[in-house]
Amino acid sequence: MSTTTANPETAAPAAPRRRKARKIREVGTAVPLTAFMWLLAAMYAFPVLWFLLSAFKPGSELFQYPLTFLPENPTIGGFEKAWGRYDFLLYFSNTLAVALTTTLLTVMASAMCGYALAKYRDQRWIRIFFICLLATTMLPTEVILSPTFLVIRDLGMYDSFAGLVVPSIMTATGVFMFRQFFISIPDDIIEAARIDGARETGIFFRIMLPMSRPIIMTLAIFSFQWRWNDYIWPLIVVGDERKFTLQIALRSIVGAENIDWPLLLAASVMSILPLVLIFIVFQKYVMNEDINAGLKD
Amino acid sequence: MTATAIDPERLAGPRKRPGKAPRRVQYRLAPLVLAGVNIVLFGVFFVWPGGLGLAYSFTDYTGIGTANFIGLENYERLFGDPTFYTALTRTLLFAVISVPLMYVMSLSIASLLVSNYVKGKSAAKLVFFFPWLISPIVAGVIWRWMFGESFGFVNYVVTRLGADPLAWQTDPDLALMVVVMAATWGGTAFNMLIFIAALKNVPRAYYEAAEIDGANAWQRFRHITLPSIAPTSFLVILLSSLGAMKEFAMVQSLNSGGPGTSNTFLIQYIYETGFKRADVGYASAVSMILLVILLSIAMLQMWVNRRRAA
Repeated sequence: MSTTTANPETAAPAAPRRRKARKIREVGTAVPLTAFMWLLAAMYAFPVLWFLLSAFKPGSELFQYPLTFLPENPTIGGFEKAWGRYDFLLYFSNTLAVALTTTLLTVMASAMCGYALAKYRDQRWIRIFFICLLATTMLPTEVILSPTFLVIRDLGMYDSFAGLVVPSIMTATGVFMFRQFFISIPDDIIEAARIDGARETGIFFRIMLPMSRPIIMTLAIFSFQWRWNDYIWPLIVVGDERKFTLQIALRSIVGAENIDWPLLLAASVMSILPLVLIFIVFQKYVMNEDINAGLKD
Repeated sequence: MTATAIDPERLAGPRKRPGKAPRRVQYRLAPLVLAGVNIVLFGVFFVWPGGLGLAYSFTDYTGIGTANFIGLENYERLFGDPTFYTALTRTLLFAVISVPLMYVMSLSIASLLVSNYVKGKSAAKLVFFFPWLISPIVAGVIWRWMFGESFGFVNYVVTRLGADPLAWQTDPDLALMVVVMAATWGGTAFNMLIFIAALKNVPRAYYEAAEIDGANAWQRFRHITLPSIAPTSFLVILLSSLGAMKEFAMVQSLNSGGPGTSNTFLIQYIYETGFKRADVGYASAVSMILLVILLSIAMLQMWVNRRRAA
């Protein structure tokens, strides 16, 4: 902003030449930096592009030398094969059901808990519980796989929809995002509502929750992405093939003795489409650094 | 829920003086109701499995039947088990290589994306962020496809350049390199966002003052940017190290910890002993060791961070 050189009044006759020199120096910096960034961007984009284009190549072309970047005979054969061989509609709907339900519950639970952690900090057990939640980020449950499985089994949740949803509702990240947001809301609003006779839960649901809409959106997208892409929970909870989520189904294709590459590539491309769509629509909530900054805590 | 609600209330009771704090007392129930769901979930899916794991690590439990107490036998077996050592050292090696790489890549990309000199920043940001959408399983598929030994794009380029194709799948060290690349590629997006937020918060005036004093770009980065974003660097390094220690899904589809078992990481080792061999007691002992390692990493980094801040 202020780098846009000095104000014209103080700039003496010598200014034009100096400005020109500065301009040359700026171009000298801008060109290599821009080139470097786009080189990196190409490196990051290439694996995805190669993967996407390969999914449209017929099986014979996939392994045919010399390799070509663009498919010579584009085909959707792999997609048809994947759709025909596996019950992808079922896997999609399983994953969608799990992701949506968990996301809804995660947002509610995290908002309530984040609010409690932000606004009742004067109580000691709240501060202790905050540290407990912090511990869950350092000691993730993935690490204690077998005991977690036994707990799920003993609760009767093995191979059930509830088993996929309930254990993933609590996320420390979600709680911290809301806590950070509610701390930034002045207490005066609560005091005013209390004087007007509002109940504590009423204050939360009628005043605070609607205010936190940006956080709700961001966490909803994050949570949906976590659940859609999750592998380890479905892996230990689900045994029945009819209840597979997409990631488990993909793993069973890639784990086969002889990988059917056209089918695998097509199935993988299909599995990322819903997230890409969501991302295109809700981009601003994901890329908003100010909200993500809340994760720092 | 109300049944569990009573106890913590009583515990928090020392300042139940009538008169001074009646207004506070009124709000005891509300936070409990609001945080209730997460308190119950924390108990059921964190404390309970944690306690169970600790208890089972001293038994020969197999998932069914009775668990016999066998003392420290699991731990003794563990320390004499070469496959455990391979898994442990391989995981640590992966963390030691991938965390610095991830840090350098995400910070460089974030710096470029906030630089005034770079063109096309918003489009590039989308490109760099895209891998965030891709699941670890699919990321593994993508990199496996790139680094296939006889059909992959990378080996095609290598042979076109006149060299012999590299054994990306059958050489343990090269296979680990592919895992490192894939992990860095997938993890950059999120860390990059955190860094962009931090970099935008560094006051511009510092840079202008340094520029007037004749500091060059590297000096400005070294003496202004790095100290200003130190708390963020700490966070990114901590989260990436914890993430690296529990890498599992991506490796599953990339090479299943292969060739053979040479790149089996700890979580995979726990999964295989606990589920495939149903050796719950032994797997729990490995889990406990991994928990201790994660905790030590977190404590060590917090200690370093605090010392530097002081």
